[in-house]
Amino acid sequence: MSSSSEALQATARRATGGLPPLLAQAERLAATVVLGDHGRRRAGMGEEFWQYRQAIAGDAASTIDWRRSARSDAAFVRQTEWSAAQTVTLSVDPALSMDYPQQGETKRARAAVLGCALSLLLVRGGERVALAHPALPAGGGRMQVDRIAEMLSISQGRDEYSVPVMPNDHSGLLVVLSDFLAPDEVLVPALDRLATQGQRVVMLQVMDQSEEAFPFDGRTEFRSMSGAISFEAQRARSLRDGYQARLAARRDMLRTRARLSGWSFNVHRVQDPAGTALLWLHRVIEGERR
Amino acid sequence: MLSLGAIGFVTPLLLAALVALPALWWLLRATPPAPVRRMFPGISLLLGLQDAERMPARTPWWLLALRIAMLAMAILGLSGPLLNPASDVEQGDGALLIVMDGGWASASNWSARRQEARQILQRAGRSGRAVHLVSLADAEPDLAPRAAADWLGVLDDMQPMAWAPDRAGFAEQLDALDDIGASIWITDGLGDDGGLPDALAALGRVEVVMPTQTALALAPARFEDGQLVTHVLRAPNAAPQVVPLQVIGTDAAGVERVLDQVEVTLGADEVRNRVAIDLPLELRNRVTRLVLAAPYRSAGATVLTDDALQRRRIALVSSARSGEGQSLTEPLHYLRTALTPVAEVVEPLLSEVLDAAPDIVMLADVANFSDDERNALQDWVRDGGMLVRFAGPRMAASTVGQMERDPLLPVRLREGGRNLGGAMSWGDPKRLRPFPQGTLFDGLALPEDVDVVSQVMAQPDPDLAERTLVALEDGTPLVTARDEGRGRVILFHVTATPRWSSLPLSGLFLEMLDRIARVAQSGEQGAQALTGAIWTPERVLNGMGDIMDVQRLAGVSGERLADAAPAPDAPPGLYRAGVRGHAYNVTDDATSLQALELPAGIASRGYAVRAEQDLTGPVLAGALILLLVDILATLALGGRLRPAARAGMTGLALMLFMGAQDVKAQSVRDDPGAIYATSETVLAYIRTGDVEVDRISRAGLTGLSTVLTQRTAIEPAPPVAVDIERDELAFYPLLYWPITDAQAPPGPEAVVRINTYLRSGGMILFDTRDTHLAGGSEGPGNAQLRRLAGQLDLPSLERIPADHVMTRAFYLLDDYPGRYVGAPVWAEASLAPVDLDGVPFRNLNDGVSPVIIGGNDWAGAWAMDDQGSFIRPVGRGVSGERQREMAFRFGVNLVMYVMTGNYKSDQVHVPALLERLGQ
Repeated sequence: MSSSSEALQATARRATGGLPPLLAQAERLAATVVLGDHGRRRAGMGEEFWQYRQAIAGDAASTIDWRRSARSDAAFVRQTEWSAAQTVTLSVDPALSMDYPQQGETKRARAAVLGCALSLLLVRGGERVALAHPALPAGGGRMQVDRIAEMLSISQGRDEYSVPVMPNDHSGLLVVLSDFLAPDEVLVPALDRLATQGQRVVMLQVMDQSEEAFPFDGRTEFRSMSGAISFEAQRARSLRDGYQARLAARRDMLRTRARLSGWSFNVHRVQDPAGTALLWLHRVIEGERR
Repeated sequence: MLSLGAIGFVTPLLLAALVALPALWWLLRATPPAPVRRMFPGISLLLGLQDAERMPARTPWWLLALRIAMLAMAILGLSGPLLNPASDVEQGDGALLIVMDGGWASASNWSARRQEARQILQRAGRSGRAVHLVSLADAEPDLAPRAAADWLGVLDDMQPMAWAPDRAGFAEQLDALDDIGASIWITDGLGDDGGLPDALAALGRVEVVMPTQTALALAPARFEDGQLVTHVLRAPNAAPQVVPLQVIGTDAAGVERVLDQVEVTLGADEVRNRVAIDLPLELRNRVTRLVLAAPYRSAGATVLTDDALQRRRIALVSSARSGEGQSLTEPLHYLRTALTPVAEVVEPLLSEVLDAAPDIVMLADVANFSDDERNALQDWVRDGGMLVRFAGPRMAASTVGQMERDPLLPVRLREGGRNLGGAMSWGDPKRLRPFPQGTLFDGLALPEDVDVVSQVMAQPDPDLAERTLVALEDGTPLVTARDEGRGRVILFHVTATPRWSSLPLSGLFLEMLDRIARVAQSGEQGAQALTGAIWTPERVLNGMGDIMDVQRLAGVSGERLADAAPAPDAPPGLYRAGVRGHAYNVTDDATSLQALELPAGIASRGYAVRAEQDLTGPVLAGALILLLVDILATLALGGRLRPAARAGMTGLALMLFMGAQDVKAQSVRDDPGAIYATSETVLAYIRTGDVEVDRISRAGLTGLSTVLTQRTAIEPAPPVAVDIERDELAFYPLLYWPITDAQAPPGPEAVVRINTYLRSGGMILFDTRDTHLAGGSEGPGNAQLRRLAGQLDLPSLERIPADHVMTRAFYLLDDYPGRYVGAPVWAEASLAPVDLDGVPFRNLNDGVSPVIIGGNDWAGAWAMDDQGSFIRPVGRGVSGERQREMAFRFGVNLVMYVMTGNYKSDQVHVPALLERLGQ
């Protein structure tokens, strides 16, 4: 394991300090029947006691609970609750636009920390965690967290912007950590696709303060992070209002879509404490479970 | 070199680059400032936005102006700008000829002329040219070329001469000079050019340095109607000015002083201003010269007076030889007593009377002459002599002038006389009638007690009335007069003794004689009076108008004096032939001053008011500052100047501004000079205003301070200059005061301050720096010193005695040399020595002599530059070095004396003290 991933883990552990174990709500059962800590509120394979029922023909004799049966005439079978682990897929934006700002903590670093911390919480709660980019199959336990941390610390895409995509294995929840700055014509269809497939999504927009305040002036040539796109402003100051209006419109769009699809959306700034965002994520994921 | 007003350029070709400025302007206008590049992921939201406000794509005009100014300054700076550029006549090939007029008209501003010549020499020295320096007033100018530095010493010793420069003569000599490349003529701006400019122009470039103000002159003084009359002369086209005119003469003690001073107001364009001065006869007789006071002093502004103005010489002749003991009845006694205070009285024999060259001849009761005497007297009277005759028994008894008119009597006389009021006569003694108006004695007070008992009577001729000056009550004449030729004959019809009348006893008699003496003309006038005699100079004027002793001047023929203006062979001054004196002045009655008119094409300029200054550094520095400002402005325009930096800049600018304010405020609070002077021992010198003198003073005191630090316990801080009019003097133990002719006397406040300083223990070392010019007597600086120090409260002085503390305060000295040796050095007179313990001991006052006065140019000998090498030469070779060493020893002794007072004087007690200790 590289030293940077160790550092990432350490930072993530600090961020998770004091949070109760997170138990993802086990709602979807169909595809991934994996024993987990989440009771499915129905009888099935599991360790937790669920109910006694009268034995019927066909029940194996070994399943009869003799202690309970002894208290009455009928024979009872002891059933356990069907418990299954939820899979949460983390989508941490790999695009180049996350490498901003150039001084101080970048959006990418903040998103990675949040993702790592979240996966730690989830694993501790017995959930399975997967990564969308780069693709990492779902898994649990400390080893999975280590893997996630390592993947996040080396992940960097080549695209200017990226959009959330459907996870490979149908996971219960997709957590998207991104700046959502991709052009509309790319972003909107991607979100539509997620919605039509019924994917449940938690969106956290990670941004730098300067992207909101737009504190620029003078004759400025703006460039994308790869330098592929450039835009020359004669006087940057005069663009501020238009930019901020567009940013607000983008957020409105995201918020509206979240409301319509039953998703969650929030904004996080690099300058804010990471704990706030993690708390919000935790609460939202827990709420999704309820 | 190109010259634009006060600024010139060494390499004007570079200025052609200024043509490129418009192109630069166009380029700068066309190029907008580069945009800032900024990585920004939010660009996806920006795409398609229109910015309503456009940044100016072109450079703002002020930045443009700034950059053009910057480049212009850089171009100007590189082209070598000079402030107050000297003309480039000094540059070039061939020798440089500096011609100075050097006559009396140059005297009033001699320092400025000399400074100008010195600057020219220094510049010529930098370019390494050979130089001829010629004073046109020199009898035999040194025409050899020398290095410029060698002329500096000559220039220092050069003095204006008392005659006019010989321009025409020098123009002829110019042919002998064939190496001249250019010439500069420092002229006095008066008179005819004598063809000199054209002759100089034939040799090469010519530049004429004109004075700002031409000299004034005084016409010879005369008496008119009892007033002293002179004329102030000046060149046409001058501005109005007020000129102080001083009448100088000897006082009763024989000391020369200013008898009277008048302010003469010259209107614009007034070239000849009549000045009339009323003086009592007593003073009038003592007038030796009239001068225009400083700053107009010169030989031309000095008019010497001779016999024509001085006391009348009166010859008294009587026919009777008196015996001893009869003085009160002696015929001439009353005349002699009355006339001696106002005139010079001689009593020759009648036959020799005219040999005494009298202005007035008074004959007391002389009736008969020999033919020779008669003819001589008649000629003398016709030539302007005044003959005053007194009647008496002899005249009454003679038949002179009774039948025909006697040329030596104003009227015809009747035989005998008449007696009044005697025992044998009917009438009473007669009194006087009031004096007729318009006659000689008009206005005199008529006393009541004058009566006449005898008189000689005049024939009642038709013209008797008009000849009568004084008459008795009955109309008979008492005094008659007649003009004879240019002279006049006056007859008193009574005796010069109280025998015939009480007139000689009255005050009226004195006043009448006084009137007669006043109106009498000088015996001889005009050119013919001069001719035929050899006149020997008695006192001569130098160019500044000071009276000098005559040295090795031969006598001059009268024709020379009469015909030609003063020149080296006959300087202006007082000449004497026998008893006759003649004042030979620069001007005569016909003199008028003409402004010098230069031929067309000759360049002229005024004095270089300020020294040339190289502006390259400041201008290039200005360009650099503009460059820095431009950098900041560009940054600010591009938005790259962060707010913090902007705040810092503002703060910096504010601090600079506040700093300047603070310095100003501080100078009001504390006087740093006073703090400096009181925290260290500091030697000080008086700032004279002459740059060179001040420089030498500073360097001299610096050198002395260095030597003091090396050799003694006194370690002075670097010397300071003191402005006598403004600065507090109390901080300085010693003031060095070099005397220059350009200094104004200290004002009243300064006098008070100096006197306080001297009384409270300060010392001033006056240095006239003119021993080399003095030639055994006092030098020209002494008059200056008297003028400057006249109001100071100085004690009586004596030459520093051999046992003065000065001679042993640190070193043992017997002389006080500076750059010059030998002139006496003066200090406060000490008391007579007292014999104490067998040793003569001067019980000096406990203080220090407030002044030391000498003329040895000590600062010149001490002067040391920053590298510690000496500036001015002293003497020659080893003896010169020895002399400099002695000069330093004098300085050490002087400072020791100032610091320790008479401490060393007490050393005489040491033997006695040791003796007592031994017991």
